[in-house]
Amino acid sequence: MILSVRDLRVSFRTNDGLVRAIDGVSFDLEESEILGVVGESGSGKTVSLLAVMGLITDPNAIIEGSIRYKGRELVGLPARELRRLRGNEIAMIFQDPMTALTPVYTIGWQIAEQIRAHQNISKSKAMARVEELLAEVNFPNPHEAMSRYPHQLSGGMRQRAVIAMALSCNPALLVADEPTTALDVTVQAGILDLVRKLRATHKSAVVFITHDMGVVSELADRVMVMYAGRVVERGSRMELFSDPRHPYTRALLGSIPPLTGEKPRRLPAIPGSPPSLLRLPQGCAFGPRCPVQYEPCVSGKPDLGASTHAAACFRVAQA
Amino acid sequence: MIYAILRRFGQMLFVMFGISVIVFLIFFATPGADPAARIAGRNASPEVLEAVRHSFGFDQPLYVQYVKMMEKIFVTGDLTSFVNRGWRVVPAVMDSIPVTLSLVFGAAILWVVVSIIIGIVAAATRGSWLDKLLMALGLLGISMPVYWLGEVMNLITQSRYHDNWAFSWVPPLGYKNFSDDPKGWFLTLVIPWITLAILYIGIYGRVLRAAIIESMQEDYIRTARAKGLSETRILLRHALRTSLIAFVTLFGLDFGALVGGSALLTEVVFGLHGIGKLTYDALQNLDLPMIMATVMYASMFVVIANAVVDFVYILLDPRLRTS
Amino acid sequence: MTSKDLPILETRSLGKRFAIGTRFSAEGKRTVHAVDNVSLTVWRGETVGLVGESGCGKSTLARCLVRLYDISDGKLLFEGDDITTKSLSELRPLRRRLQMVFQDPSASLNPRRRVGDLVAEPLRIHGKLSSREITQRVAELFDLVGLLPDHVMRYPHEFSGGQRQRLGIARAIALNPDLVVLDEPVSALDVSVQAQIVNLLADLQEKLKLTYIFIAHDLSVVRQVSTRIAVMYLGSIVEEGPAEELFATPSHPYSQALISAVPVVETTPSGTSKRVILTGDVPSPLNPPPGCRFHPRCPIAVERCRTERPVLEERKPGRKVACHFPTLI
Repeated sequence: MILSVRDLRVSFRTNDGLVRAIDGVSFDLEESEILGVVGESGSGKTVSLLAVMGLITDPNAIIEGSIRYKGRELVGLPARELRRLRGNEIAMIFQDPMTALTPVYTIGWQIAEQIRAHQNISKSKAMARVEELLAEVNFPNPHEAMSRYPHQLSGGMRQRAVIAMALSCNPALLVADEPTTALDVTVQAGILDLVRKLRATHKSAVVFITHDMGVVSELADRVMVMYAGRVVERGSRMELFSDPRHPYTRALLGSIPPLTGEKPRRLPAIPGSPPSLLRLPQGCAFGPRCPVQYEPCVSGKPDLGASTHAAACFRVAQA
Repeated sequence: MIYAILRRFGQMLFVMFGISVIVFLIFFATPGADPAARIAGRNASPEVLEAVRHSFGFDQPLYVQYVKMMEKIFVTGDLTSFVNRGWRVVPAVMDSIPVTLSLVFGAAILWVVVSIIIGIVAAATRGSWLDKLLMALGLLGISMPVYWLGEVMNLITQSRYHDNWAFSWVPPLGYKNFSDDPKGWFLTLVIPWITLAILYIGIYGRVLRAAIIESMQEDYIRTARAKGLSETRILLRHALRTSLIAFVTLFGLDFGALVGGSALLTEVVFGLHGIGKLTYDALQNLDLPMIMATVMYASMFVVIANAVVDFVYILLDPRLRTS
Repeated sequence: MTSKDLPILETRSLGKRFAIGTRFSAEGKRTVHAVDNVSLTVWRGETVGLVGESGCGKSTLARCLVRLYDISDGKLLFEGDDITTKSLSELRPLRRRLQMVFQDPSASLNPRRRVGDLVAEPLRIHGKLSSREITQRVAELFDLVGLLPDHVMRYPHEFSGGQRQRLGIARAIALNPDLVVLDEPVSALDVSVQAQIVNLLADLQEKLKLTYIFIAHDLSVVRQVSTRIAVMYLGSIVEEGPAEELFATPSHPYSQALISAVPVVETTPSGTSKRVILTGDVPSPLNPPPGCRFHPRCPIAVERCRTERPVLEERKPGRKVACHFPTLI
């Protein structure tokens, strides 16, 4: 078990009150497994991953619960220990490749910096490794690319460089926040292909966030759907897409316009918008927008339950 | 690349030409000002006036005068002062340059080092009492007029507490040549350096702090953290490096202006006969050739400083290097 | 010919060039052909979708269509009237009929003004309405786009992304335009909100008899809203045809690659068998390849493609392709 998260809660103290960004998230991740986390704004997906990485630097943040990496508790771990893990065993890539790299250093230098921060090897050895990595992520001319600056590369190439950098120390866990959202569709296809290939060679477990159900369907082994800081459904890819149980998951899938087949006259849209985290409803957070809301939904919050394909919904629980 | 340099050079010449024309016109073509009368003295007879006019070429058309003046400044170097007859302007300017350079270079080293330290410490301890204290001191430094500060320094070190062990080493006001007396050179400049630097430390400390804090919000800093780098390394290697661009640009411009004579007030207060003092005296006496020479010199330095800054900017920021 | 028979908007070999650099800069003066020889006809009541990736010129084209940019080459006709070179003051009466909705609702709404004022602005500039009539109309517009009229006095930051886009739409339809150009109107929104806005746009089109030119990079959304689609690559149209048909059977290799690249939700395991992966990145519009612009990345390119640039031709009624070897049905 690479990652085991139990009842993770992250809140922020703000001038307007306490914002519960995540309210009790639990999930597991096995070696070489790819977990897709789906959600919209305010779902807490990004905060969950930042918590796993220990990257929440806001002094007003309160982090509770348990995050176990290979059995080791990360919550409360001193900063120096976390830094040893970051970039080394747990690596993260972010959404916008255009701003992810420091503009004043070459990509070779930046990737080597990561390697040498965690491994005691000479500069030349590190550079050799950099060249290998760039070749692995399909740079056409890795040796030449090493001395390029970020602004000399396109978005797709920059994202590849970032991926190469993340994989440089062979992390057991790779965390990716919307890694392809900012890229063109054809470039995205290449990156998804690359991630699949790398999963096979590096055997890293991957957690990635996206709002694109199609990307999830292509890449993920298992899926977790988040809404307003909680997990509302989880299951294997097959389970989720062939038998979505939570009304939100169903509505989300339904609102995607089809690429083939008949065009619906109107898209079945979810009314309203995601709730403000400052003023969450008493009961189920999705209730006000749910087509099948009934009395229990207003007073209590449904549990996710322990089964592999689980949905946090009173309607599902009773079935 | 060559093209860029040549183009820059061309721009510089053009600017210098423009400035020289403007300065010339202001001083020599303002209606009502008759330079000849000024030179010849109040009660000069018309023949003397005519002779003066002729020797200085004031009876010629303006552009001829301009050419003659430029020739005297740059080519023959024998432009003479209107006030101190026979005092050749160009060598006077040349002699005063080392003084100014000594003052400005020393102060610059001091202020760059101190402001970088202050900027980094303030940004790293952002929000703490130390940060607030440093910024308040910086503000204080900016607010004190340099001539006032200079006089206060003199008051303390030269008269009031001169005999006190802390300041007895301070020599009397004035400049000592480095080649003649290195120790003296150093001692006479210490207090002026500090005085001049205080103002700039204030500005640059604050600017750098703001630039670093802004850099720390950027996405690439988040990436650096995700790489597992230490906060110190992130601050110095990633945030500072990118912030230095703004710092260096500002520095280049200020430095250029100072070498060109902006340190005028400091020089006057401390009795250092640099280019600033020369300009100051010339303005007091309305010594037109001297004013022309010092203005030309000052503008030349500012233009050069601008060009150097642009060049350094390209060195520091790889994004500007390719198309 | 009445105006009803003329296309509402037509471009003939439209081009837009940008000059980069000067004679003395590092590489000298260069020209970017952001839009290159685009001939597009838009009929009343339809929705033409423009798709393409970064640098294809769709946003530039959109701005040329509403004359936010000046046009370098070719012609632009509105209901048969040549508006290519009309001055800004001559264009003013036209602005009532030709409007634009932008991508980022936060950026196009002035944060310091109340939303009621922002929506009323076009009415004030163009209309001869009294202020009471304007207030009434604003309330009407709010209702039309699904916002509460009570919120007229609020500021943009008090609204969600979806609501802000509704405001942008309200402003665009304030003067009852004939044609609305929408540049990525839903890209910045959450998926669930996108569907709402797409529905709203469809409703408004029906109610107000609007014609749309819809630009987006999300192909599923474009297919949903469009009746006809034009695929752009490096400033030109490479394929054009009815939306569903084009998506079902794309002819141009680029369209094929583009459509196959979209990840779709599959309930069966494989799914990616038909994907065409393109090599390399989109070339820069500064240095377009010779011949067919797409040939360096095209899986079926041959020598002819390197030398001869294909022309956009109608291969089947309503289907145009710019390719020497299109896949025809």
